[in-house]
Amino acid sequence: MYKVYTKILQISGDVITVEAEDTGYMDIAEVTTRQGKSLAQVIRLDGARVALQVFAGSRGVSTGDRVRFLGHPMRIACGENLLGRIFNGSGMPLDKGPDSLENLIDIGGPPVNPVKRVIPNKMIRTGIPMIDVFNSLVESQKLPIFSIAGEPYNDLLARIAIQAEVDAIVLGGMGLKYDDYLFFRDTLAASGSLSRCVFFIHTAADPTVECLLVPDITLAVAEQFALSGERVLVLLTDMTNFCDSLKEVSITMEQVPSNRGYPGDLYSQLAARYEKAVDFEGAGSLTILAATTMPGDDFTHPIPDNTGYITEGQFYLKGGVIEPFGSLSRLRQQVNGKTRPDHRAIMDTMIQLFASFRETLEKQAMGFQMSSWDKKLLKYGRMFEQGMMSLTVNIPLEKALDRGWEILAACFTPEETGIKRDMAAQYWPNNVTTSPGHKATS
Amino acid sequence: MTNKRIGRISQINGNMVTADIDTFVIQNEVAYILHGQERLKSEVIRVRENTAQMQVYEQTAGLKIGEEVEFSSELLSVELGPGLLGQIFDGLQNPLPQLAEQCGFFLKRGVYLNALSDEEAWEFTPLVKKGDLLRAGEKIGLVSEKLFKHYIMAPFELKGALEVLSIITQGKYNAKQSLCRLKDESGKTHDVFLKQKWPVKAPIQAYAEKLKPEGALVSKMRIIDSLFPVSRGGTYCIPGPFGAGKTVLQQLTSRHAEVDIVIIAACGERAGEVVETLKTFPKITDPRTGRPLSDRTVIICNTSSMPVAARESSVYTAVTIAEYYRQMGLNVLLLADSTSRWAQAMREMSGRLEEIPGEEAFPAYLESRIASFYERAGIVRLYDGGIGSVTIGGTISPAGGNFEEPVTQATLKVVGAFHGLSRERSDARRYPAIDPLISWSKYKSFIAAEQKERGHEILRKSYEVSQMMKVVGEEGTTLSDYIDYLKGEFLDFAYLQQNAFDAVDEATTEERQAYVFGFIYRRILEAEFALADKEKALQFFQKLRQLCRTWSSAPWGSAEFKNTEDEISVTINTALKSKEELNV
Repeated sequence: MYKVYTKILQISGDVITVEAEDTGYMDIAEVTTRQGKSLAQVIRLDGARVALQVFAGSRGVSTGDRVRFLGHPMRIACGENLLGRIFNGSGMPLDKGPDSLENLIDIGGPPVNPVKRVIPNKMIRTGIPMIDVFNSLVESQKLPIFSIAGEPYNDLLARIAIQAEVDAIVLGGMGLKYDDYLFFRDTLAASGSLSRCVFFIHTAADPTVECLLVPDITLAVAEQFALSGERVLVLLTDMTNFCDSLKEVSITMEQVPSNRGYPGDLYSQLAARYEKAVDFEGAGSLTILAATTMPGDDFTHPIPDNTGYITEGQFYLKGGVIEPFGSLSRLRQQVNGKTRPDHRAIMDTMIQLFASFRETLEKQAMGFQMSSWDKKLLKYGRMFEQGMMSLTVNIPLEKALDRGWEILAACFTPEETGIKRDMAAQYWPNNVTTSPGHKATS
Repeated sequence: MTNKRIGRISQINGNMVTADIDTFVIQNEVAYILHGQERLKSEVIRVRENTAQMQVYEQTAGLKIGEEVEFSSELLSVELGPGLLGQIFDGLQNPLPQLAEQCGFFLKRGVYLNALSDEEAWEFTPLVKKGDLLRAGEKIGLVSEKLFKHYIMAPFELKGALEVLSIITQGKYNAKQSLCRLKDESGKTHDVFLKQKWPVKAPIQAYAEKLKPEGALVSKMRIIDSLFPVSRGGTYCIPGPFGAGKTVLQQLTSRHAEVDIVIIAACGERAGEVVETLKTFPKITDPRTGRPLSDRTVIICNTSSMPVAARESSVYTAVTIAEYYRQMGLNVLLLADSTSRWAQAMREMSGRLEEIPGEEAFPAYLESRIASFYERAGIVRLYDGGIGSVTIGGTISPAGGNFEEPVTQATLKVVGAFHGLSRERSDARRYPAIDPLISWSKYKSFIAAEQKERGHEILRKSYEVSQMMKVVGEEGTTLSDYIDYLKGEFLDFAYLQQNAFDAVDEATTEERQAYVFGFIYRRILEAEFALADKEKALQFFQKLRQLCRTWSSAPWGSAEFKNTEDEISVTINTALKSKEELNV
């Protein structure tokens, strides 16, 4: 049934061009070379010339090698059998388990009709105050973790994976160092979470193009779990490698680059993946956390920049802590009004004061005299860093809010915080309420 | 002409398909690609010798060389008629709720539905009689749609004087029935139906004249209305880096703005944000009408994961619907979020066409496209003397948050107001994060000019002092400068910032704005304070700030409002310089 073509006209980068007929755009083909078989995908059709992206790379491909078109787009197995399994970027088992060929579905399926989405309204508690209090994670949210090489973003992902209350976790690793892969596997196994996980791992040693498949495969599998009613968390690390692969392929295809060599459709490419995050009306949900390392810690680099415009906020991991500035969960307002009445007041006030603390730090660094207000801010800032920001803090939301009031009361009078009077009256520790006149600073 | 014109696919590259043709083709006509049972909509965007290149409004996966393309002879058009209000369309005007009924969770490609129902009957009242002479766009009759008198108008594309040959009597009719027959100057007759079609990329110009924008469009956002106002029929843009609150600002405006109809074009942005609008609007009551907000809203939603080419057309679909309601003498506000995504859609297509790229690979025609889009805003006088307006507000998502980029620059040239959002303000949680130091407006505010100018002045002064303090420190700053700094911070904190999650604070009426701004101007900005030292000054303003925050959440006209105002007055009085001090 399937025709085999042997006339490879051009090999450039990991893209080969073959003369063939009756092939569908985006269809999958199998290329048989001396090294073995590899899958390839149609990325351009021009008359009889078919350009194919070879997932295993073009090294060693001969102009006389065999190309067999399978007549369908890329497919992946899905279902409960996958839980606990580990695959590579093309969906081949890495864990010595059997090939998985049941319930095949097309990857990169159509977008969800917006009217079939529901407004996200369920908080995912993580036990990390910088997330729970200040930037709550919400089911169906898509959030990147912006970071730089060397920061513990994979540790943070693993910790969230272990502590988050979800039914299934699908991990997509792109250009992952082998030891990072082992770290994820061992950490999740040690906590007993591995049995609710599926891994799709593309390591740094694997061919670049295979990296492009990882998000699509990961999300297709996760989407099926979500459709069957489960709450799924997708972890992607590191999306920068995915973008760099896109760049490589588009340059090979001689596309006009738009910004720093990245293709003009980078935004649409990323959006097609991130927008898979969804809370289905009457079924499960899909939440995405994606590590994105920023080249040169630069927010304005095309990758974090385009990502930021797509995702619903971001966590900014710097110096081993989640930075309050630069971090934002856009969906937090959907959930933090329902937790405790003081949640928003604590969130806003503590951040505003922390901003003032940072200004005072600058002044101090320049050798200016510290006013008594400055001294209060300095005290506050240190307490905030230790009691809230540090990633070693692992307390539930309510405890964290109580701690917030304690820190405020230890440093300020209620007027100085700018919190509305009735709120302060209710929550200010030790029943210290606003006094009508100015309070002498102590 | 009766024969179908057919081409065959010869190239596929992303969402651009090239077809070999042996017939004539029309630039920008709609063509359908026949793939098995599917008919995929596309638009001819370039013709070269024997090939036509088309942007496909759908995913192209699976298409094959040699498949047929059918040319339709129609430009990309929208249906205009009763039933648009409250509806949710995609960029090609497919009604999404009906698509969901048919296809479930996912958008199936190649499924196109009528934008407006053919079957639904509307009570029609004629307004003309046999023998009347009309022009295109003049009213023939009306139906009642939600809160509005929805006028059925003579088709916009007709030319010259039109004579009414026949008109149907009052009664219930659906979109298939001819309501009226018109004869044009050349003797050709035209039937008028409840709905008509209009090609989206051309402006509707069936009006007497276009006027200068005037009269404030009250958004109930204090920083906008008081300092950077927008006029009815005007244009404004909101550029800002991600996370600065563009979309929240647009959502608040869509809820509170004092206009008749709001058209929301969610263009290439997050689906989640649209969902919030479309799920909450039916539940929020518009205080002015007592009806749900969705009754005055049309949502055009082509989110970022939906096909890129349809994103390009979505802003045109939106502005055409806006113009249609303007033709009925209504005030319409079009909110486009985000115009950068629209520009990027043009860039993607331009790249596939291998056009010579301009700055940042945007096509050279970017500026003229942006200009002609914003120029579709305006106040017009209709033939019957009625006035209608379209106001356009577009967000911009500049790459890297840098306003020097092509889309922002091209937009700034053509808009009347600029609300620039800044990362510094949003990081400091100063919402709305419109930066008062960089924003501008060419329109007139309802705040008295000298008060408004004083507001701008104190903000600038405050900023200068704060910059100076970074160098010389607080101790190197004079007390009077320091007080000016605190006054600016106070104005920002107590007036410009608004808490979108406080039921009262989120929207401030014109009356209240004028009152409170006047109060702050007279009692605080212009006041001479006798404060002993900087610490006392800081404490005084902190107290004032807290009081004003309480004031902002007190309902207008309530006892709490009055009491808090009195308390603020008392606090101010204790710190004022006495008459003797002022005379020294």
